Amino acid sequence: MTENEQASSRPTVAEHTSSAAIAVDHLVKVYKQTRAVDDISFSLPRGSITGLLGGNGAGKTTTIAMIMGLVLPTSGRVQVLGHRMPEESAAVLGRMNFESPYVDMPMRLTVRQNLTIFGKLYAVKNLASRIAELADDLDLTDFIDRANGKLSAGQKTRVALAKALINQPELLLLDEPTASLDPDTADWVRGHLERYRRDHNATILLASHNMLEVERLCDRVIIMKRGRIEDDDTPDAIMARYNRTTLEEVFLDVARGRANGTTEAAK
Amino acid sequence: MTDISLHRGIAPHRIGAMILRYWYLLLSSWPRLLELLYWPALQVITWGFIQYYIAENASFFARAGGTLIGAVILWDILFRGQLGFSISFLEEMWARNLGNLMMSPLKPIEFLLSLMVMSLIRLAIGVIPMTLIALLLFHFNVYALGLPLIAFFCNLIFTSWSVGIFVSGLVLRNGLGAESIVWTLMFAVMPLACIYYPVSVLPVWLQYAAWTLPPTYVFEGMRALLIENTFRIDLMLQALAINAVLLVASFWAFLALLRSARKHGSLLSGGE
Repeated sequence: MTENEQASSRPTVAEHTSSAAIAVDHLVKVYKQTRAVDDISFSLPRGSITGLLGGNGAGKTTTIAMIMGLVLPTSGRVQVLGHRMPEESAAVLGRMNFESPYVDMPMRLTVRQNLTIFGKLYAVKNLASRIAELADDLDLTDFIDRANGKLSAGQKTRVALAKALINQPELLLLDEPTASLDPDTADWVRGHLERYRRDHNATILLASHNMLEVERLCDRVIIMKRGRIEDDDTPDAIMARYNRTTLEEVFLDVARGRANGTTEAAK
Repeated sequence: MTDISLHRGIAPHRIGAMILRYWYLLLSSWPRLLELLYWPALQVITWGFIQYYIAENASFFARAGGTLIGAVILWDILFRGQLGFSISFLEEMWARNLGNLMMSPLKPIEFLLSLMVMSLIRLAIGVIPMTLIALLLFHFNVYALGLPLIAFFCNLIFTSWSVGIFVSGLVLRNGLGAESIVWTLMFAVMPLACIYYPVSVLPVWLQYAAWTLPPTYVFEGMRALLIENTFRIDLMLQALAINAVLLVASFWAFLALLRSARKHGSLLSGGE
């Protein structure tokens, strides 16, 4: 293949952006004096699982909120499943879903009632059988007719995950999906997410502080610090670059301003 | 929840889902149901006895039988209509469920329509028993007003929705710190709406302000009907015209506040 042929077969920027599940281009969010997100760009291919890492206040939640259309960017562009957010959100909201510790399901309603309502909002076909399927998959059957407010933290997380999967989304945004879960349940949830991605070729973007979770699930890791992207690569490549054996060590290096284990101050 | 395509593709199934959500909530909580009945019943009993007392001691009120009870029932339609709308909205804030709805395909217009239907349902639960108490205890049959009652009701409920939409937007933008506005804003209307007295009682300059409020036309219309047996359709049409403007303005304000909430990140916090 000649150089010209190679160039013509390569996707153009526009094609790449429209085929990506998420394309973020020079995204900025300023709250008064604070630059919560500072000129970040990335593109996530369909079917990938990407981890968004960073300490508290790094800009992860604001980035996800802008992708979802809950927060308007100060400048920059977000495209989700080929549509601009939030201008064309009507075209994609039914094809995506999310789970976040910042929201709850109504406490007085039973699990079944909550799932029924969200199923109807997402126009899920054969809703009763979809709920039964999710109850089976996520082990909700024992408490499906119990009020959401009477569930344990682990049970609530599974219900929130069921809500996030009710419409079989092509794109799943997860903010701390296994926070407050015991190790066994957390491991089980991760297994479920892996299976869901594999079976549906779904794209998953997850923000997490659990480095083992990110190492296990993610094909790619984006590390944020003070609103900027500090690093962006596969977990193995990032660990190799920092000369570390775990992402947790890399995370600490980034958080404490060390490059390859050496503090910038010391340098 | 997208604010694009406001008028396109309104989906009844999404409105139905939201009504079902509030219906489940009402059925799951007897204190909520009781609260709907309790205050209207208390109001009509108190004002019914006041009406009795005044009628025995003042010949004008003896002639104008029912104006106080009628006024309190219509005021409750206005006040409870707005509360019925706003409380359903607040339920989403209290439950921290707004983010789930905002991220769903539910459109603002569908959300607002479901809140309107819920305000009617909540109003029916509270006001129908109230009217029956007025009939049984005080022999005041509000339904005997006939067709004018429909005109009164429509104008009052439209105003209550306008106020409900606007205050919901304020809470959306400012979080639950603005919740007290939901409970108090309608009372700001009370002195000017001339619920229990004619507009002529107000100073002339204040009368101009009073006539900008649709409820003023309704309460004047009610007094004309009960005292002079005249249905003032002109008043109802003027109220309807103002209501149309108010509804459009409140919806526009809601969208502007929603956009501002997105800009300032209030939808993520939702707190105080």
